[in-house]
Amino acid sequence: MSAKEKGDKIDGLKVTPDKYVPHRYAGASGDFNPIHIDSEFAQMVGLPSSILHGLYVMGLVAQSAAREAGGDPRALKRLSVQFRGMSYPEQEIEVTGEVIEADGDDVTFDLVATQNGNQVIRNATADVTYG
Amino acid sequence: MALKTDAVGKSWPAYEYEVGREKIREYAQVMGIDNPVHFDAEAAKAEGFRNIVAPPMFVVVYAAGGMGPVLFDPDVAMNFAAMVHGAQEFEWGEPVVSGDLITTTTTCKDIYPKDGKGFYVFETESKNQNGDLVCRATWTNIVRGIEE
Repeated sequence: MSAKEKGDKIDGLKVTPDKYVPHRYAGASGDFNPIHIDSEFAQMVGLPSSILHGLYVMGLVAQSAAREAGGDPRALKRLSVQFRGMSYPEQEIEVTGEVIEADGDDVTFDLVATQNGNQVIRNATADVTYG
Repeated sequence: MALKTDAVGKSWPAYEYEVGREKIREYAQVMGIDNPVHFDAEAAKAEGFRNIVAPPMFVVVYAAGGMGPVLFDPDVAMNFAAMVHGAQEFEWGEPVVSGDLITTTTTCKDIYPKDGKGFYVFETESKNQNGDLVCRATWTNIVRGIEE
């Protein structure tokens, strides 16, 4: 039994990606869009600097949900997010969330990823099964 | 530019990706995931996996190759300069492990205007070599400044 109830907060996580994370994530994922790895290019298209990959931040949200359910990669059944803002390396990202539905071991979380007070991912819902 | 919707309903040829353990390790490392099931075959097998297992979000590695050519398709006519990744959904099935051959097919589910923006909705379906569904994904890209 997860013994989770609607309204319960989850532990979430806090991560400060170092300045090379977008490069390493580009290599790992194959997404070499220059807005993530070239600050000059990013500034040329109107951004303050290079930005993190949205799917990297979604990965942090996925990890928060899976970790809460015990850390087994099978725990995460579904994850849906909306990307609402840019986020940057070398600044802390915090993922928070709470239980919005609980049926025994099957639990749904609502999650948010925030950086400097901006919600960069919101309306994230994750279905997990506690192992 | 008026919104071009020719691609709605179109499917693209399947994309094959063979999963390697070093790629799983590389992905887990950059994400800061330290669970040994992503690094060590014995640890993974002890937990009931067939081999070193990929984190769920590794889908971005094996399915993205199914999305790439789609965005460059003239029927889609994506305006990259005004495009942002708006939303994303993944639904997972059978876990993906090192040695799996994953086949991803992509379909354009919808292209529609809303509030002066164009919404492009694609679905990818990824299956392993046994025909088991490993992940179904919905990718939503948003293009600013269209004429309705």
